[in-house]
Amino acid sequence: MIPLSWFLFLSAALFSIGLFGVLARKNAIAILLGIELMLNAVNINLVSFWRYNDPSRIDGQVFTVIVFAVAAAEVAVGLALIISVYRHRNTVVADEIDLMKW
Amino acid sequence: MTTETLLWLIPLPPVLAFFLIVIFTNKNRALSHTIGVGAAALSWLGSMIVFARALGVHELGKTPFQSTFNWFPTGAAWFKVGVLIDPLGAAVLFFVAITIFMIFLYSVGYHNYGQPAGDHDRKGLPPHGATVTDEHGHAHVVPSIEPMYSRFFAFLGLFAFGMYVLVLSDNLLTLFVGWEIMGLCSYLLIGFWYGKPSARDAAVKAFMTTRVGDVFMLLGIAYLYSATGTLSFREIFNNAGFMQALATTATPILGLSAAGLIGLLLFIGTIGKSAQWPLHIWLPDAMEGPTPVSAMIHAATMVSAGVYMVIRMFPLLSLDPRTMTVVAFIGTFTAIFAATIAVAQNDIKRVLAYSTISQLGFMIAALGIGAYVAAAFHLITHAFFKALLFLGSGSVIHGMEHGVLHVQGEHAGSPQHAGSPQHAGSPQPPQQHIDPQDMFNMGGLRKKMPITFWTFLIGGFALSGFPLVTTGFWSKDEILADAWGHGHLAVFITLAVAAFMTAFYTMRQITLTFLGEPRTKEAEHAQETPWTMTVPLMVLAFFAVTYGWVGIPEHFPGLGGLVPNWFHDFVGHTLAHVPEAPAFSWVPLLTSLGVALGGLFFGWLYYRNVKSAKEDVFQIPVLKNKWYFDEAYNFLFIKPAYWFSETFVYKWMDQWLIDGILHSFGKATQGLGAAIRKYIDVIVVNGFGDLVGYGTKDVGQGLRPMQTGRVQQYMLAALLTVIVVGAILTFFLAA
Repeated sequence: MIPLSWFLFLSAALFSIGLFGVLARKNAIAILLGIELMLNAVNINLVSFWRYNDPSRIDGQVFTVIVFAVAAAEVAVGLALIISVYRHRNTVVADEIDLMKW
Repeated sequence: MTTETLLWLIPLPPVLAFFLIVIFTNKNRALSHTIGVGAAALSWLGSMIVFARALGVHELGKTPFQSTFNWFPTGAAWFKVGVLIDPLGAAVLFFVAITIFMIFLYSVGYHNYGQPAGDHDRKGLPPHGATVTDEHGHAHVVPSIEPMYSRFFAFLGLFAFGMYVLVLSDNLLTLFVGWEIMGLCSYLLIGFWYGKPSARDAAVKAFMTTRVGDVFMLLGIAYLYSATGTLSFREIFNNAGFMQALATTATPILGLSAAGLIGLLLFIGTIGKSAQWPLHIWLPDAMEGPTPVSAMIHAATMVSAGVYMVIRMFPLLSLDPRTMTVVAFIGTFTAIFAATIAVAQNDIKRVLAYSTISQLGFMIAALGIGAYVAAAFHLITHAFFKALLFLGSGSVIHGMEHGVLHVQGEHAGSPQHAGSPQHAGSPQPPQQHIDPQDMFNMGGLRKKMPITFWTFLIGGFALSGFPLVTTGFWSKDEILADAWGHGHLAVFITLAVAAFMTAFYTMRQITLTFLGEPRTKEAEHAQETPWTMTVPLMVLAFFAVTYGWVGIPEHFPGLGGLVPNWFHDFVGHTLAHVPEAPAFSWVPLLTSLGVALGGLFFGWLYYRNVKSAKEDVFQIPVLKNKWYFDEAYNFLFIKPAYWFSETFVYKWMDQWLIDGILHSFGKATQGLGAAIRKYIDVIVVNGFGDLVGYGTKDVGQGLRPMQTGRVQQYMLAALLTVIVVGAILTFFLAA
């Protein structure tokens, strides 16, 4: 059986890639994609710990399903915001969406 | 109606008339003078009823008409005021009522009632005449009605009220109230033509000068009240204990007794009111007022009130011989002093003013030598003939003004010029060609104004003391007889000389005014005055002749005893001890005959040939200028008073001392404020405030770059924070 640490490494790598995407990409949609990667990295962690600790309980799977639902809702809201911003400002570049700057 | 009720009612009609005229009827001239004259007539009627009833009372002096009520509480007791008519009061009331009524009536004519309004007349100035055009188209200038006609009757009413209050008072306080009301009215009426600066000055002068006397009089009243606890004449004089105490109490001033000091203080009030030397200066200037005012206030009633008051207070005055000496001296001196000035005056009213001062001096002198009845007698006779003379002089002036206007009308020439519209709005009065009051502009008026002439002659002869047929003879003779009989030789001689001069200047006045030929064109065109002016003259002339016959001494050769000496018996009984009439002596009788006839004769002899003021040898500068008393007072009192107010009080005290203190306070406070601001406000308070403000601002500015608005930078910051905090927590929690 594949040791737990492999799954954890995969998850950490996926989270870091997502974090990098969030911090480094300019496109707001790419940032949203990065966030999805990070959420899914968490999902891998949840599922892995469930399988290796006590597979008779289902709480790990329930958490994962809830995160899916939250992620879907978040993407829907996020895309709606981005579309709205695009309609007003004709851009999806995060640096140019600086309405909150002092 | 009981006599007492009537006494309360007598003063009321004039004061009601005053209020009615002032409040309601001042626009309506006819109604105003009807109310005024009607009120005077009512008071006159009441006074005559009272007088008639007083005659019927046996020994009125012991049981006078009297009525009092409680006015205000003074501790446990009440201050009482009331009315009183004793023989003296009755006699005075008689002449006061008649003269006041006559003068009211006279004023109607004097102020040209029924004449058109003047062309240029303005309120506060005497009327200057109106131009009328008759049916032939000729323009005439005629006298115009007084612009403030109603106002005059209102003031006269108030004045009459004051005089009645004074005569009817049974105590010094209400007497003083009446006294001051008259003082006010005197001021208002002297300044009646307030548009003339001379009238304004005269009004102020009269008010201020009498004020000097009044202050002392008030002191005397206060002293008397504190000494006895009452101001009622009869309560004081009929109380032997009071009189004894007043006569024996010594005062720190001049070693006088209390009675003497009180008497002296009250007498100073009289000096002011009756224009005695040295406070005589206001009376001649008071002639600026309308002539009825001069007659009423400054000859017949108000100035007599001063004498009336000392006659009233005679029992008190006579307690101290030194006070009596002062009174006699002032009176005698004033009598001769004023007579000398009267000789050199040219203004017809001023001559009369000085003769009034002189005659009042006679009364005061008579009182000073103890001739109580003679003083009262001369007071009353003088009121009649002097009112007559003043009204006569007013009539003369009026007639002369008529002449002046007539001549003016001729000078004005053609009708179109006289009625030209460009003159209508001009404030300048028409040119007065001559002074209608200067006797040297008159002459020959006996033909033009016969009634005025004869009545004036009677008045003048009464003033001179023409024997037997005039009142002045009997009263003046009685004063001289008293002076001789009581051995006051100096007073006797001085008064005799004064009487000679009186006769002399009176005849001078009559000669210059009425006899000879007219000296000016204006005098040629003088005209007799209307009946409202001549009737009062005739009534007063009647009394100026007959009133003396009620006081013929019993032992007078030939006439004595034919009619009883009613006046002496009647008024003498006012006092507790009826004064003895002096024994008959030929010396005073011959003296008074001699001075009266001699003065009249020499006056006529000299002045019948004098054509102008330049030929008159009596125009001596020192007499003409009234012994320079006005100048002396100006130098002694008025200049120092101005200096005191202007330099001392204003410049030194107000500007330098008080303003200086205030300004230094201001400067000190300002300095303190500046210091507080500089060292506390600016540094501490402002510094703290600024620190908070700028500090917040600086911190904000320092933190501002953090807010880049870039989402990814925020997230990076959040990540770093999480890492750092996580590391720290791990480090501490693990440890």
